[in-house]
Amino acid sequence: MAIHKRTFIQGMAAGALGLATGAAMAQQGKPLKIGLLLPMTGPFGSTGRQIENGVRLYMAQFGDKVAGRPVEIILKDDTGVPDITKRLAQELVVNDKVDVLAGFGLTPLALATAPIATQSKTAMVVMAAATSIITEASPYIIRTSMTIPQVTLGVAEWAPKNGIKKVVSLVTDYGPGIDAEKTFRERFLLNGGQMLGELRVPLRNPDYAPFLQRVRDLKPDALFVFVPAGAGTALLKQFAERGLDKAGIKLIGEGSVADDEILNEMGDVALGLVTSHPYSASHNSPANKKFVEAFMKQSKGVRPNFFGVAAYDGMRVIYEAVKTTKGTGTGEALVNAMKGQIFESPRGPIYIDAQTRDIVQNVYIRRVERVNGQLYNTEFDVLKDVKDPAKTGK
Amino acid sequence: MLTILFDGIAYGMLLFILAVGLAVTMGLMNFINLAHGAFAMAGGYITVLLMQHAGVPFLVCLPIAFVGTALLGALLEGTLYRRMYSKPHLDQVLFSIGLTFMAVASADYFIGSTQQIVQLPDYLKGRTEFFDGALGMGHYRLFIIVVCAALTIGLQYILARTRFGSRLRAAVDDQRVAAGLGINVNVVFLSTFAVGSGLAGLGGALGAEVLGLDPTFPLKFMIYFLIVVAVGGTTSITGPLLAALLLGIADVAGKYYVPKLGAFIVYSLMIVILIWRPQGLFSRAGGK
Repeated sequence: MAIHKRTFIQGMAAGALGLATGAAMAQQGKPLKIGLLLPMTGPFGSTGRQIENGVRLYMAQFGDKVAGRPVEIILKDDTGVPDITKRLAQELVVNDKVDVLAGFGLTPLALATAPIATQSKTAMVVMAAATSIITEASPYIIRTSMTIPQVTLGVAEWAPKNGIKKVVSLVTDYGPGIDAEKTFRERFLLNGGQMLGELRVPLRNPDYAPFLQRVRDLKPDALFVFVPAGAGTALLKQFAERGLDKAGIKLIGEGSVADDEILNEMGDVALGLVTSHPYSASHNSPANKKFVEAFMKQSKGVRPNFFGVAAYDGMRVIYEAVKTTKGTGTGEALVNAMKGQIFESPRGPIYIDAQTRDIVQNVYIRRVERVNGQLYNTEFDVLKDVKDPAKTGK
Repeated sequence: MLTILFDGIAYGMLLFILAVGLAVTMGLMNFINLAHGAFAMAGGYITVLLMQHAGVPFLVCLPIAFVGTALLGALLEGTLYRRMYSKPHLDQVLFSIGLTFMAVASADYFIGSTQQIVQLPDYLKGRTEFFDGALGMGHYRLFIIVVCAALTIGLQYILARTRFGSRLRAAVDDQRVAAGLGINVNVVFLSTFAVGSGLAGLGGALGAEVLGLDPTFPLKFMIYFLIVVAVGGTTSITGPLLAALLLGIADVAGKYYVPKLGAFIVYSLMIVILIWRPQGLFSRAGGK
């Protein structure tokens, strides 16, 4: 009887093993589906197009097959509205049975999708949204972009060492802006700086004039700004028009204000702007030169900005995770294989922190300069391996 | 202090030019046109595109923006709006808000969602300071004030002193009698609507530099236009003018002195004024 029982268990085990290998074999030829959720139209359409280009470029360079599985991108336009992102993510998970959800142009879009990733145990790669808390919203989230505090640290460290002691901050009144204001204040005060004022501009602000006039009358050494990429131009123009530059006030900020894609159109008002950011299209490395050239060919002349790189790196993270799991990994296994990846990105060396699933990267200090007739963010200083400061305490 | 006042006046003037067309259609023609901002946006885009792609100088773009949007207004009046005059207000609101969404979507589709950038000519950049910097006047803002003031005087003259003005007022008061007296009511309404739209277009062209220009422009500023018209009353031009100036100055000063509350000042002011005088600041009680 005892023998019988043992053989029975062995038989069961063998059967189960057979099933498992069978499943693995079946995974092999099956397409790897990546659901890409992006704002392709609406005010954040440029972010979506940058990410799509980054994703397609990676596939053009590294093949549309990984570990024996053909890669299939299912691109959906969420127009930047959280409800739509959530519904599309549900459809992708339930109907298309995607292996990975990716994209996410804005914080609310990523947060709306996080519960779906958790419930369906689907890996979710955030390629743009930059508020600190995102990675904590689901254990299936991996981020390849950046966090606002991480990047803002750079300029908050740089400023006091370069003769800037008194600063007024001006941020757009929404999550990322408040993140930036808080990080800058904390780090700048720690380094012996002094905040003369903290201004918050409504998200739908028609006119910067009164805020800038106030800055002018407060007479700081520098104005720290954080505004969404598109709004930067108006701010820079009014900064110059109001004569703040002539009054000796420097302009510093988080890098989004000097977005690579539109920097050239901003014109000379952007010259001399000092910002901190993980990526500049003029980053001096062979990997980046190759990337920029290929990207501009792919996008028909649009310069890659930070989102293009984050998407490109996001694809790298997905590809390598699929390779590590030999094409069989799903959900948790895939996320585990994404954790801890270290590699050279066009922006410089980066790694995915295994503990927080967030990105650790260099933050560069750059100044807008005219190089060969075009405006670029020229990097001149660097903070190495910066972790999101909001998570280092944990 | 004086600088704030100056900026406020410039901002108010701009709001007035943008909203005066709405005051005319709403007050005189009794038609609620929420798509007014779409005409302003059209004027802005005409200017920006002409400057960027055809290299037309800024000052030449302004009249083109006016004429272009006026023609567009005339076309839409003849084909669409005319049918809506006799409909209830709710229908008008639904119709024109639908038109606004279509305008937003098509601007997004054809031109793209990015903020458009106007490169002003050099003589309009710069800034002059008086009284040791107590009053700093941006040249472009000064230009806005001058243009808008001239337009206001012109409009007031046309409405109050010319034959066209009296025909328009007659047509508004009683369409049937006016028509019976030989006034071609359709033509009067058509041209009024066209001029109103043209003014919005001009405002959009002037404002692209200060207010920014992207496809959501009509929605962003719809509230401001409506506040100007609601507070100012719709029976005259001076009402909306003073309301626009008041709002402009309150908005700029509020953002300067209490930046934390900046965005709310305009709305609180509107609520207070409307509680105090529901018919608008400057309209006579009992007037139409």
